[in-house]
Amino acid sequence: MEAIRRSIDLSYSFIVDLSMDQIRIDLTSSIVRVFLTLKVENTGASQASDVLLAFPPTEAEHLAIVKASTAEGKRKRKTYVPLSVNPTELPDAPNGARLFSISLRNPLKTGEAAVLEVLYIVTHCLEPFPVEISQSETQFVYYHDSATLLSPYHVMEQITYIKTPNNKVESYTRVDPTNRAGTELRYGLYHDLPPYSYSPIIVHFENNNPFAVVEELVREVEISHWGNLQVREHYKLKHAGARHKGVFSRVEYQSRPSISGVSSFKHLLARLPPRVHSVYYRDEIGNISSSHLRLGSQKSELEIEPRYPLFGGWKATFVIGYGLPLQDFLFESPDGRHYLNFSFGCPLLETVVDELTIKVVLPEGSKNPSSAVPFPVNQQLEVYYDFSPISMLAEPLMLVSAVFLFFIACIAYLHIDLSIRKS
Amino acid sequence: MGVKAENGVKPTTLASPSSSPFPSLKTLKLKTKQRELLIRVSALAFIYVLAFAVRLFSVLRYESMIHEFDPYFNYRTTLFLTNNGFYEFWNWFDAESWYPLGRIIGGTLFPGLMVTAALIYRALRFLTFAVHIREVCVLTAPFFASNTTLVAYFFGKEIWDAGAGLAAAALIAICPGYISRSVAGSYDNEGVAIFALLLTFYLFVKAVNTGSLAWGLASAFGYFYMVSAWGGYVFIINLVPLYVLVLLITGRYSMRLYVAYNCMYILGMLLAMQIRFVGFQHVQSGEHMAALGVFFLMQVFYFVDWVKYILNDPKLFHSFLRITLTSAISVGVLALGVGTATGYISPWTGRFYSLLDPTYAKDHIPIIASVSEHQPTAWSSFMFDFHVLLFLFPAGLYFCFKRLSDAAIFIVMYGLTSMYFAGVMVRLILVAAPAVCLISSIGLSATIKNLTTLIQTKSKAAQTFSSKGISSLKASAKASFDQALPFQQNVAIALLVGAFYLLSRYAIHCIWVTSEAYSSPSIVLAARSAHGGRVIFDDYREAYFWIRQNTPSDAKVMSWWDYGYQITAMGNRTVIVDNNTWNNTHIATVGRAMSSYEDEAYEIMQSLDVDYVLVVFGGVTGYSSDDINKFLWMVRIGGGVFPVIREPDYLVNGEYRVDKGAAPKMLNCLMYKLSYYRFGELTTEYGKPTGYDRARGVEIGNKDIKLEYLEEAYTTSNWIIRIYKVKPPKNRCDITFQDLVRIVSRDAKEVVHFANL
Repeated sequence: MEAIRRSIDLSYSFIVDLSMDQIRIDLTSSIVRVFLTLKVENTGASQASDVLLAFPPTEAEHLAIVKASTAEGKRKRKTYVPLSVNPTELPDAPNGARLFSISLRNPLKTGEAAVLEVLYIVTHCLEPFPVEISQSETQFVYYHDSATLLSPYHVMEQITYIKTPNNKVESYTRVDPTNRAGTELRYGLYHDLPPYSYSPIIVHFENNNPFAVVEELVREVEISHWGNLQVREHYKLKHAGARHKGVFSRVEYQSRPSISGVSSFKHLLARLPPRVHSVYYRDEIGNISSSHLRLGSQKSELEIEPRYPLFGGWKATFVIGYGLPLQDFLFESPDGRHYLNFSFGCPLLETVVDELTIKVVLPEGSKNPSSAVPFPVNQQLEVYYDFSPISMLAEPLMLVSAVFLFFIACIAYLHIDLSIRKS
Repeated sequence: MGVKAENGVKPTTLASPSSSPFPSLKTLKLKTKQRELLIRVSALAFIYVLAFAVRLFSVLRYESMIHEFDPYFNYRTTLFLTNNGFYEFWNWFDAESWYPLGRIIGGTLFPGLMVTAALIYRALRFLTFAVHIREVCVLTAPFFASNTTLVAYFFGKEIWDAGAGLAAAALIAICPGYISRSVAGSYDNEGVAIFALLLTFYLFVKAVNTGSLAWGLASAFGYFYMVSAWGGYVFIINLVPLYVLVLLITGRYSMRLYVAYNCMYILGMLLAMQIRFVGFQHVQSGEHMAALGVFFLMQVFYFVDWVKYILNDPKLFHSFLRITLTSAISVGVLALGVGTATGYISPWTGRFYSLLDPTYAKDHIPIIASVSEHQPTAWSSFMFDFHVLLFLFPAGLYFCFKRLSDAAIFIVMYGLTSMYFAGVMVRLILVAAPAVCLISSIGLSATIKNLTTLIQTKSKAAQTFSSKGISSLKASAKASFDQALPFQQNVAIALLVGAFYLLSRYAIHCIWVTSEAYSSPSIVLAARSAHGGRVIFDDYREAYFWIRQNTPSDAKVMSWWDYGYQITAMGNRTVIVDNNTWNNTHIATVGRAMSSYEDEAYEIMQSLDVDYVLVVFGGVTGYSSDDINKFLWMVRIGGGVFPVIREPDYLVNGEYRVDKGAAPKMLNCLMYKLSYYRFGELTTEYGKPTGYDRARGVEIGNKDIKLEYLEEAYTTSNWIIRIYKVKPPKNRCDITFQDLVRIVSRDAKEVVHFANL
């Protein structure tokens, strides 16, 4: 322990202690959301401008997003100010722990304290067990984590809450003090934890939420300067929960929906931008006739239903396409270039996307494309390009000239006598 | 009405402006000719657009999708062609169908449709239209239907006059008999083939009329296209020689006919041999022998004609004629006899027989008889598909006989023969449709022309009466048909109004039929709900997509052959049998498996490596064309090859039932079990017992069905498609201890026995 402490001392000229740390882990869906409340106190000699977060490598692999914010103002005027989070390296973090540093707005002076709120989301970390279930069984999953926070700092006090979707918890590791009340598991209060302390826990509980995973998503965004932004999204969807085993009985599924196939899902909700139009939902073999679109001024909601309910391990591919008014997404920068500002993410709610490809199709005649992807924090994509409005007229002119030529040819044919001999 | 008074007064006012500008009459005449051209071209353009637009009902009602069964195969092959190029397509061996035999696709299909669609697709891509190949395939049939109207116009013009041509184009544009197979999405050979058929006939008639080698060549190419597109080319290769024969017999032999037929036959035959599926059939198959025989007869005729010209002596010529004719006929018969006896010339196929004799298929080829579109046509479907044309058809025939020409004889023969075939098979109404439209258009055009000339001559007569007096009235009245009839003009107007009324009824009927009856893709079923809303049953695609996504990619699916093409195209899985019914034994094996007990069927399925079994079941929705209703055909086809399957075992007193009174074999065969598995627990209709089959309106007889070798893998939301997984064979170590003891002791006995030897 001493050696580790020293290594941190070497790389950072200050010491931060976490005086009070609260972890709230939300396991009520297929995605794990962790809320950390950190009270950071600088006990070192010099100023501290960064706070480090550590993740075990297994968790870091599946880390989707890390957000940090700090509260400013008091009581009712309290506002949360987002802070930037960036991955960093520490030469000898134990067992390959990955580190992220949160840049504080105002560096902490010696003896000062600050409260940070951190949210991070981890995907693919609920492991179904049993791996295969039949139609009448419910789905149980394992969740692996540590009762204590993995942290490069000395932790004074720490408590962990784990929220499960219902009170069917098969088993959980006890790290005293541990207690369970209803859907909540509480680990702690723990005192005086040394840096990088890790006490593994396993929670085995029922989770029947849709484990919808988009294995591959290709989004095509096509810009037409005639006023339309066409979006096509190709999905490869999979139920990543416990695999379905044995028979699928339709009679069970339709007559006893509460106990049959509870871990399967048949609806998905996509949240599309407002003023969306010409929405379609189809796959390789044609239109899928089961979808509902609700248009609103803030957002549009598209409820899609795959052709069949998805049980564990079943797959479905489909395409969603829609048009959007161009002026909502295309802007002109001060230097006269056009830029598209479009969301990067997947419109499906509660869904994990493993691989995402985004293609932006610029109109014919555009030049010097460049893109700005402020990753990983911001989710907006910006594409800059030059475009002269005259190129817009190229295609209509081609059409007009083709029709014109056709008429010319007709006139010529009627007026020219091509026969060799006079009849 | 006071016609006479009107006649007396009106012309005086009318006559003065038309008679005064005499010098500009010539230019006026030219202008009317131009105006006529303009009207004709714009009418044709409208007909062209109409023919296309009326076929888009299916896209509007449903979606842009491929319909029915065979089009899915065509679509799949077109996709292959556009992805892999022509040579790969030509040499394509498809292992995904007819497992484990496979199918040589390139050598067993008519590639015309696929190549046409692929060319259109390439052309559009070249013009930078980023269309999907599916859209091209969906719209191929309407596009060719539009082109057919143009051909019909020129054909009508060739046979009769431009008016008849226009009428033919208009009639054929909306004729239900033709629309039924050429709506958008009906991507089948017929969509292109009817165009090719009519084009070939038109070009041939044109060649006969002109005697031009160029038209003969064009008709040979038209024939080539037809051969590449559809097996119905056999109709051409038999009708044309028959027509030539009739012309020869009626003494209408001419040099024009000689040039046209020889050019068309020889070149057409050589070109047709380039299609792998046809190959040498033109010289080896009995169905093509008529054309060959007529070809030789033609040469004999020419030779005889030449000798007659040389000899210039009737007596000598007669004896010569006798000798040549007898020798020619005997040589021909001998050649045919030897060819047939040695097997060089194959005999007529069953399909050909079944065309000539409507009862043949029922007795000999159940697989042809089982298809609903191969049934003899009912009168009602003639009415449904032709409507007023049925009455115009005889009228047209009358006019054709009245003004007999080479072309008129052709269309009469085409009309009569195709009408016969249309009576034999429902689907051949399609072939008759162009002929019926053309002949009707002649009847229509001639009638209306006569009526209008009656009206015109009457008014002209009235004009001349007012201006020149009684003497000229008599002269002009001679021109009109019968002056004796009173109210002639009124009757003519009334008849004209009647004709237009009939035609408008025809148009209304056609549009109604197209939108209501012929636009359903049959993959997606639509029904009206109790509240009047539209309910869509998309179970077929649900099941096929499930297969595509959730079964191993090398899985083999067994189903009745109707669904083979769809499973390979939409489900992307290997099938045992499909709609290309080339191997009757294989289909019979599947039929036998479906009609056996589960354990026997399991052995058959194991031998065919079947992983999944798919059945179509309409008991929940009341969908009547399901597998239980097709089951007797499976029994018949299976029993045709495997005598263990006997139809009476499935019937009770000759009656086919699925309820409690059904035959025990019926209640326990695989098809029954798979269709009704766990159906007995379901209440389908309020106030009816559980397990009430809505398609047949009975409560099923076996509600407690246990499956031993199969398990339910998926059933669609409306139960229309049920998919079962074939369980792997039981592990051999699973045998009980007693079994083991018995086997060991038996082996020991055998050992002892061997030892004694």
